[in-house]
Amino acid sequence: MSAPTLLSGRGLKLSFGAVPALVDVDVDLWPGEMLAIVGESGSGKTTLLNVLSGRKAPDSGVVWYRDPNDHLHDVHAMPAPALRTLHRSDWGFVHQDPRENLRMGVSAGGNVGERLMAQGARHYGNIRDAALDWLAQVEIDASRIDDLPRTFSGGMLQRLQIARTLVTHPRLVFMDEPTGGLDVSVQARLLDLIRSLVSRLRIAVVLVTHDIAVARLLAHRIAVMQRGRIVETGLTDQVLDDPHHPYTQLLVSSVLNA
Amino acid sequence: MKGYNFAYLDEQTKRMIRRCLLKAVAIPGHQVPFGSREMPLPYGWGTGGIQVTASILGRNDVLKVIDQGADDTTNAVSIRRFFGRTAGVQTTTATAEATVIQTRHRIPEKTLREDQIIVYQVPQPEPLFRLEPSRQETRRMHALSDYGLMHVKLYEDISRFGQISISYDYPVMVNERYLMSPSPIPAFDNPKMDMMPALQLFGAGREKRIYAIPPWTRVKSLDFDDHPFRAINAPHPCGLCGATDSYLDEVVTDDRGGRLFVCSDTDHCAERRAAGHVGNDGFKEAAE
Amino acid sequence: MAYVAVKGGEKAIDAAHTWLAEERRGDPALADLTVAQVQAQLGRAVDRVMAEGSLYDRQLGALAVKQAQGDLIEAAFLLRAYRTTLPRFGDSLPVETETMQIARRISAIFKDLPGGQLLGPTSDYTHRLLDFSLLDPENTTPPPPAPSLAGDSVGAIPRVADILGQEGLLEPDGGAAGTPGDLTREPLAFPASRDVRLQALARGDEGFVLGLGYSTQRGYGGTHPFAGEIRLGEVSLEIAPAELGFAIDIGDITLTECQMVNQFHGSKTAPPQFTRGYGLVFGFNERKAMAMALVDRAMRASELGEEVTAPAQNIEFVLYHSDNIEATGFVEHLKLPHYVDFQSELQNVRRMRAEQDKVAAE
Repeated sequence: MSAPTLLSGRGLKLSFGAVPALVDVDVDLWPGEMLAIVGESGSGKTTLLNVLSGRKAPDSGVVWYRDPNDHLHDVHAMPAPALRTLHRSDWGFVHQDPRENLRMGVSAGGNVGERLMAQGARHYGNIRDAALDWLAQVEIDASRIDDLPRTFSGGMLQRLQIARTLVTHPRLVFMDEPTGGLDVSVQARLLDLIRSLVSRLRIAVVLVTHDIAVARLLAHRIAVMQRGRIVETGLTDQVLDDPHHPYTQLLVSSVLNA
Repeated sequence: MKGYNFAYLDEQTKRMIRRCLLKAVAIPGHQVPFGSREMPLPYGWGTGGIQVTASILGRNDVLKVIDQGADDTTNAVSIRRFFGRTAGVQTTTATAEATVIQTRHRIPEKTLREDQIIVYQVPQPEPLFRLEPSRQETRRMHALSDYGLMHVKLYEDISRFGQISISYDYPVMVNERYLMSPSPIPAFDNPKMDMMPALQLFGAGREKRIYAIPPWTRVKSLDFDDHPFRAINAPHPCGLCGATDSYLDEVVTDDRGGRLFVCSDTDHCAERRAAGHVGNDGFKEAAE
Repeated sequence: MAYVAVKGGEKAIDAAHTWLAEERRGDPALADLTVAQVQAQLGRAVDRVMAEGSLYDRQLGALAVKQAQGDLIEAAFLLRAYRTTLPRFGDSLPVETETMQIARRISAIFKDLPGGQLLGPTSDYTHRLLDFSLLDPENTTPPPPAPSLAGDSVGAIPRVADILGQEGLLEPDGGAAGTPGDLTREPLAFPASRDVRLQALARGDEGFVLGLGYSTQRGYGGTHPFAGEIRLGEVSLEIAPAELGFAIDIGDITLTECQMVNQFHGSKTAPPQFTRGYGLVFGFNERKAMAMALVDRAMRASELGEEVTAPAQNIEFVLYHSDNIEATGFVEHLKLPHYVDFQSELQNVRRMRAEQDKVAAE
């Protein structure tokens, strides 16, 4: 992996009062790859996601982002408007609870079209066509375009959130337990969808999950976290088939026993 | 009026307001907070407009006050009397003669000149208030030029009604930067704001905001390329003067559905009638 | 010195009442305010007390205002307590505001309309300048007589709601279904139907209803309101006793009625119509009637398929907190001794702190 990284964290430290959430974390992400961060609840994985995406400032350490013009940006030193613009265009964030990222009182089409309109799209017909296209891509029936998300199932809401996030073709998407809280069968369908979209659009993804099976299915590389540290990292299959760190071994074996 | 300064407000207050006005003119469409005072008329009835007018009025100004386009509506009469008592300036009903026009909810039909100032009474200065009630949040949205919420609302209108459903207080982009509420003028009046030769000042007393559009500024009503802005007006000519291009009031004449449509701008209508124009219901006026 | 147990509670209360009576009377050198003066010259206070006391009797309202030293919630409380003692003979027929003897009638949605815009004795266009001439006790010149109301309409003045209704532009009024609920007799239960909600608003605290109504105008559950019609005047009260078998007129009451015309409701398939909000209140009180109409409409949000996001749209929130006699009772009850419970809390906190200190020391 000698190609330049898309996103890098170095020496990330963060404590909540006396509780350390991140301890000396280094992490890299290359363009077009999916990195899964796994660990139990309390391992610091969501905190790491928030720090990498600029949503939470670390106590120390730095996060670098390489933009399409090959310029490096210190994510936590960027002015708020610039970071906001980044989140609306080049970046995306898929929340575990889709309601956090959807306007529940706005139709599905409006939800998907919003990022386009924020970027200056001014042709209603084109915006609606783009929304229809994306609803199809996330397997939501076109007839639902004017329906309010209130009427959608959990799986549909998540797919709508994904459409809303991907409509501006971001290069980097952060995902926080995107299949959490969904039925097993719904999860499977969603994971398939994410995998095909991400590979087709060559999106780099940082995916947080407690579910090893999800990491195995989706991610190229995996980072295992325990109590705020990354204890093991590498290609997903290699790490999961031959775990070196005792904690990784524990995680892997507990899945096999389940 | 004994014991009161010219135009009611003390000079320091007027200076404070004029400083805010200067800032507002320098940043077209941006809302400037100001220390609005309690006035002898209630909040919501024009205290913002009154404070702006009081701060810019000079002894030689000629003041016109209209409400709903008319000089003789009760609130316009009340405000005109107020300035009559506290400033003693000359007042007029003729748009062409006025140097300062204070208005509630209409722009006069007659194109205004560079030497005129129009002061709008504004109930709600925040164009996003129906979509986002938190002022803290809307301030951030204006600062970051983040108006997606408004575009989404327009999109929703078209998907639900087939057209944008806003008929008054139609949001505009000023100088291609700030989203602004034009005050609850009918959408029909929005085009008059674009490149208007006169200075446009906006005062919201209760919400404590001032904003402005300098002369010859671009003001564009929000729309979509394939659903362009359309002004709404009753599809009739004025019953009294026959005008086909002025905004009309609907007067209910009986309880069997009888209607009369007349120019909302009373000065405009009177001028046309004085010039000999007669509408189809012109005879009704003679009968009164 | 040794602790002496606190006694003499009854004596203290008597002394407090004596002092209160002194405060109420004020400077004995001044003439005692008569109930008749309150009734005649502080009519707006009397109106408010009747509305929130849920009892229409001007003299009793005036008496309550005087007794309460001008504290209007206290006065409403006095009326409510008195109301409890009154036997209920029956219910009146629904009043007909269409045949109201109009003192004031305006519409903000039409420049002119049948019946006209009648301003009545309104303070709307006064300038709020303190009139220092009122300080002068020698100033007894009566004001000039008001121009007589030469109404150009004979009989009933048609409702604006009916004018809009002719074109189908306004949703029809929900017809009365069965007996209306009675909050003065039955406890509040949910879901609360519109008649109960209106009743709660009619007798609810003016300030609370005003604040909620205001909030809807500022974006917290907005409904695009227009004042379709406000009318104020006297309506006759009729009852139809079973023994007689026909209706008899038992008197007149003054009412203020407000019909708000609100955000239209419709879709690609259902033609849009304006929606209604209604306010009705005892006496001369536009502020309350208008605020009531705003909140009435806001509470219809879920019925009209709108998102419920704001306090004014939250029916339980509005109904549970609108009654100022309940509110003042409970807020002020905190003055009652609570030291038994507080003692438990004290011991609890002391013990928790002691345990933390022990742990910290280890």
